[in-house]
Amino acid sequence: MGAALTYVFQFGAVWQELDKLLLGAWLTVRLSSIAMVLGLAVGILGALGKASHSRLLRGLVQGYIDAIRNTPFLVQLLLVYLGLPSVGLRLTPEQAALLAMVVNLGAYATEIVRAGIEAVPRGQIEAGRALGFKAHHIFRFLILVPALRAVFPALASQFILVMLASSVVSVISAEELTAVADTIVARNFRSFEFYFVITGIYLVLTLAFQGAFALIERWLFGRWSKHT
Amino acid sequence: MIREFSSSEVWFLVQAVRWTVLLALLAFLGGGLVGLAVAILRISKARLPRAIAIVYIKVFQGTPLLMQLYLVYFGINLFGIETNAWVAAALGLTFYSSAFLGEIWRGCIQAIPRTQWDGARALALGYLPGLRLVILPQALRIAIPPTVGFMVQILKGTSLASIIGFTELTRAAQMVNNATFRPFIVYALVALLYFLLCWPLSLVSQRLERRLDPGRLTPAKLAAQ
Repeated sequence: MGAALTYVFQFGAVWQELDKLLLGAWLTVRLSSIAMVLGLAVGILGALGKASHSRLLRGLVQGYIDAIRNTPFLVQLLLVYLGLPSVGLRLTPEQAALLAMVVNLGAYATEIVRAGIEAVPRGQIEAGRALGFKAHHIFRFLILVPALRAVFPALASQFILVMLASSVVSVISAEELTAVADTIVARNFRSFEFYFVITGIYLVLTLAFQGAFALIERWLFGRWSKHT
Repeated sequence: MIREFSSSEVWFLVQAVRWTVLLALLAFLGGGLVGLAVAILRISKARLPRAIAIVYIKVFQGTPLLMQLYLVYFGINLFGIETNAWVAAALGLTFYSSAFLGEIWRGCIQAIPRTQWDGARALALGYLPGLRLVILPQALRIAIPPTVGFMVQILKGTSLASIIGFTELTRAAQMVNNATFRPFIVYALVALLYFLLCWPLSLVSQRLERRLDPGRLTPAKLAAQ
């Protein structure tokens, strides 16, 4: 009895379904991109909440951060998709997937943006006040933009982690790359070949997102930084 | 036949925690051993070992953990070996953890000032003895907070093993939910159990980090500014 490799790889089967896989990759990009934008918005609001004078609000935000960061994304997803209908909120797999991704990313983004806001020198804000800036201008130009500039690399890594975690939403059969592969594999049993190629596609997506974030950073803040 | 969600279901879930913890420990052990090797290759002065470590880290950090588990699971099968969920889950999580731990520890090793390497050489220590006796003990100190923090990621990552049929906490939840059809209470309870496992580790990690960095701005110091 040997553990020799007697399996014959058939990557031709993958080639035949390439159009479906590329469509799946596009769905992953779309789902992740929407989640990134909304997750960042939640993160900015969360960071505002953590900087608030209200102790209750600060406590609520901290509870949200701790609850999300200390439980698995898969459980959060199943709670949203299977659990929420029993309290009267029925979502399609896509809506549930997006909601879970936004809620998850929002917690991490809150921590990252908060760290950026804390790094803003207080003197900068006082200078803005002394120059008669309006409150919302102080927040936008003297707090938020410098904060985002400071933490952009950390945000970018978190965005990529969310894109990778999106493969998990295939368990509730929300249509994206992994779910498309699952459907094909259930028909032709070429599991290894398909998941191998899919893994490669995810790697390409990661590199593409890293490249895109470097460009966005250059465009927004006029500097290059190394993304890992 | 739908069963009631009762204390026996709660107990079943609580007992499933041990498989989650055991799998996480295996992954941490395997990931730690391979991760140390990855970190050492990554700081090597020779180009080839460094390139191998960089590609390894890129691949395992740039692809979903779920895909890594699938590939190990179906990959073992190709060799005519009966796929065992334990082996597949432990191996898949080892790859994943080693890439992240390797990169975390590389950072810690490189944070040690170069003069320490010079000091080791002045004591006639070779590369590996110098690394082992001078650099690693100092790197270990700063490595503990992020390592404890990453253990939380490993614990959460074990939940994906449920998808390849490994019976741990999340899979136990699916089984209970299929029998009782009370998804909200089942998954809320499971989330709470994960929280009770992970939160203390997160707190310890944060506290250790703060202790290592006394210059960090605390709200009290900010107010005094």
